[in-house]
Amino acid sequence: MSEKIKEYPGHPLSEQDISTGKVLTTKWRPKARYMYAAGVAISKFLEELKNGRIVGRKCRKCGRILVPPRMYCEWCFRPTDEWVYVKDTGRVVTAVISYIAADRARLEKPEIIAVIELDGASPGMGILHKLGEVDPEDVKNMKVFGMRVKAVWKPPEEREGSITDILYFRPLKEGEE
Amino acid sequence: MSLEKIRDPERMRRWPGHMETDYVYTVGLAGERFFREIKDNGKFYGTRCEKCGITYFPARTFCERCLSELKEWVEVSPRGYVEMYTIAYMDLEGNKLEKPEIWAFIRFEGVFGGLVHKLGEVKPEEVKIGMVVEPVLKPKEQREGSITDILYFKPAK
Amino acid sequence: MIIKRKVAVVGAGLTLFRRRMQETSRELAWEATKMALETAGIELKDVECVVMGSAPDAFDGIHMKGENLADGCGGWRKPYTRVFVGGGTGVFVPIAAWWHVASGHFDICLAVAEEKMSPCHPHPQWAFHTIFDPILSRPLGVNLIWIFALEMHRYMYKYGIKKEDIALVSVKNKANALDHPCAQLAAKITVEDVLNSEVLVWPVQRLDISPITDGAAAIVLASEDVAKKLTDSPVWIEGVGWCLDSRYWTNRDLAYPKYVEYAARMAYKMAGIHNPPKEIDVAEVYDPFDYKELHHMEGLLLARKGEAPKLTKEGVTQRDGDLPINPSGGLLGVGNPIAAAGLMKVCEIFWQLRGEAGKRQVPGDPRTGLAQAWGDLMQIGTVIVMRA
Repeated sequence: MSEKIKEYPGHPLSEQDISTGKVLTTKWRPKARYMYAAGVAISKFLEELKNGRIVGRKCRKCGRILVPPRMYCEWCFRPTDEWVYVKDTGRVVTAVISYIAADRARLEKPEIIAVIELDGASPGMGILHKLGEVDPEDVKNMKVFGMRVKAVWKPPEEREGSITDILYFRPLKEGEE
Repeated sequence: MSLEKIRDPERMRRWPGHMETDYVYTVGLAGERFFREIKDNGKFYGTRCEKCGITYFPARTFCERCLSELKEWVEVSPRGYVEMYTIAYMDLEGNKLEKPEIWAFIRFEGVFGGLVHKLGEVKPEEVKIGMVVEPVLKPKEQREGSITDILYFKPAK
Repeated sequence: MIIKRKVAVVGAGLTLFRRRMQETSRELAWEATKMALETAGIELKDVECVVMGSAPDAFDGIHMKGENLADGCGGWRKPYTRVFVGGGTGVFVPIAAWWHVASGHFDICLAVAEEKMSPCHPHPQWAFHTIFDPILSRPLGVNLIWIFALEMHRYMYKYGIKKEDIALVSVKNKANALDHPCAQLAAKITVEDVLNSEVLVWPVQRLDISPITDGAAAIVLASEDVAKKLTDSPVWIEGVGWCLDSRYWTNRDLAYPKYVEYAARMAYKMAGIHNPPKEIDVAEVYDPFDYKELHHMEGLLLARKGEAPKLTKEGVTQRDGDLPINPSGGLLGVGNPIAAAGLMKVCEIFWQLRGEAGKRQVPGDPRTGLAQAWGDLMQIGTVIVMRA
């Protein structure tokens, strides 16, 4: 039973116990730097982002168009067959408002984060990206769900072949496709 | 079905990354007393498991063989002997060291375990396995309760 | 399927769960292991093999954490294995320990889970950042809470669920934890407290989330013959299941954890359970976020899709309800030392089925219990069914 804890009560500390040196500590900052290989599919994907286009791969067996592209289909477990360009428009599957950065520090200006299904990709092929020009209230009242959006690209000369060559997705304007 | 290849290495992208994490480790229950004894008194301590007849050095909280809590603290003579050693010519990033470093595993009489540490006041060609060594500590006011409170081990007189 | 032998849990140990502990990782593991051995009435020499689990090495900042922890887990000169399935590890540890004994190869196996998250400074969130795709996700500044928030919001949207309905889970679990001597965040709070807490990533607020924790848990498993010699009240492991979904988490149906259902179906089939809500008397469901308890109840087929909030509102999941969920206080109340949190749930089911849960005991002499954990890139479900 959990009452056994009385025999091994443990030694909890406060942040102060550590910061004031009440208990001994050692510090370490790893020098862990990496150079990741992007691979065939993602190298091409990044290259096409630089051209202002989004490319996927098609598996002829299950018929899916995979975005981001993959050189193998993880369902059919076979190589995918061809490159397919998809549109830079799509539909919001889910969206949230982030008030914190990756290290949990508060952001000065909140960001809207979304999963977006692109037109031309198979259903369910959501990608992670940001939304802009969207009223945070429309996230809170859920109007954002199903919203039609379009990529806002960096100017061609500023693109570097990165997922951030798309600045964000904005709502499609009326009459726009 | 096609297996495409990128033939132009310029088109194969690489992406830099970095694990930007900082760590602060507590030295633990036995570690707290072990390092304080070095810091405050310049003394080495082990802990003894009576059941298994072993004195662990550095001191541990529990016996790895029977998991008993170790409450008996035993002072260990700081004079040890070189069990094995190596000479490092490069630093952690592969840069050539100005002066080669001698690293040794040092055992102490009557205890189980020992310390990996640097040897000083000795030339690489003079080091011998079995050589008796003793620690050189930082001046007391500079000690922090860390393994680097020991600057190095030197041949014993 | 032929299972060679029945396997029982015969002892359990759990350390204090706190934001920072002075103990090293190994000392924490040792405390839990010691308690488990003592309650099982055995010594380390009786243990034939050890299975341990811990989350990514980046938290405690010691690579080859399994090897580092080995002596604290009782692994000295024994067959010793580390298993890892992210946050699902805590329940995967007893599953792996189970097959060590069920296979007939060993009679007594120790299962230990430990997590020390406090060394990662100033906040382990940055270590979580490194679980994501370095090329397509990290450049966006991805935060672990984003992905939970995205999933929670999709779940709310699909089934028309309100934040106040979800907050009830946090209120219940933190209150349950008041009776747990190891608990880190036990509290009497209200739905309003949750809704007024700091907004991190809408719709996720501070009190929707479990904390950062140091802690360890351990259990002892034994074969049928040995278990019956050691105790009059063994708790049998009768069903185990696990399943991993696509690493492309944005490709999944975020409103429903299908992979948890697959894991549950595997465990139910093995345990001969046909009607889970009727046959499960008490469940410890993985609750790192309050909506996850609801999400997982549905994946575990304990509630119909979209209906777990209704059961919660009606009090069905309270300790004295028809289907008590997380009587321990869960991760939201007891704390979330990742792998150790999952094994804490298995400990709780062990104590509940032995009638040893003290003030946390659910009424009605529960006979069948379930523990579940979840993790990796929101992709694994691990499930264990136990019977008194």
